[in-house]
Amino acid sequence: MKTINEMKLIFPSNPENERLARVAISAFLTDLNPTVSVIAEIKTAVSEAVTNCIVHAYRGTTGLITVSAKASASGRVHIRITDRGCGIEDVKRAMEPLYTSHPEEERAGLGFAVMESFSDRLTVKSAPGKGTTVTLIKKICC
Amino acid sequence: MSVVVEPVIVEVGDGIIEAFLSGDIDHKNAAAIRYDIDFAIERHKPKTLVLDFSKVEFMDSSGIGLIMGRFKKLSPIGGRLVVAGASGTIKKVMKIAGIEKLAELV
Repeated sequence: MKTINEMKLIFPSNPENERLARVAISAFLTDLNPTVSVIAEIKTAVSEAVTNCIVHAYRGTTGLITVSAKASASGRVHIRITDRGCGIEDVKRAMEPLYTSHPEEERAGLGFAVMESFSDRLTVKSAPGKGTTVTLIKKICC
Repeated sequence: MSVVVEPVIVEVGDGIIEAFLSGDIDHKNAAAIRYDIDFAIERHKPKTLVLDFSKVEFMDSSGIGLIMGRFKKLSPIGGRLVVAGASGTIKKVMKIAGIEKLAELV
């Protein structure tokens, strides 16, 4: 994969940084000439992943979130969202639609479902106590 | 630049309340929006609550939590939920969630 551009953004898990992550990834994608719809979908997927870091990984604490992206000459973008938070005990279960570890809160439990729908490939690697990395791959132009 | 704007809530009579949402609906902003709409539900006990998304610029699944939560608030008082004006990616997120099972989409 020949990389034609890349970015890395590291920020604390403050809720106001959800928007920062969306704006940054949108700006990165714009030069790659995607459709408005593709930008909107990737923004939404990244927002879901960052929200998971804030709400779950660093629940009750603050830690760093890294959003990195690489654009390849083949027109694909690889986006990685990494935290060093609590990790996920059961990734398969966490990815089930409507599953939420905090049903008392108004969370839809659809974060991973949205990420899956808006990417061509989604991988989630997690180790309890060490953190989680979500990787989204999407072809954005021909 | 998108900014967070509190919902404008209008009582249109005949038991109908409309909440006009705008800006970004994400985890950070959903709580404030929720608070204002719930205040109106408590006060007016509407037969119909219309959530208008036509001015919403961004929404992730936090917006789905918002819709599902209002459905739960309305159900005990026999209220009906209508979701209006959603388009593009916001509408796709609603379809992923199956919102049409809870609310009338117009």
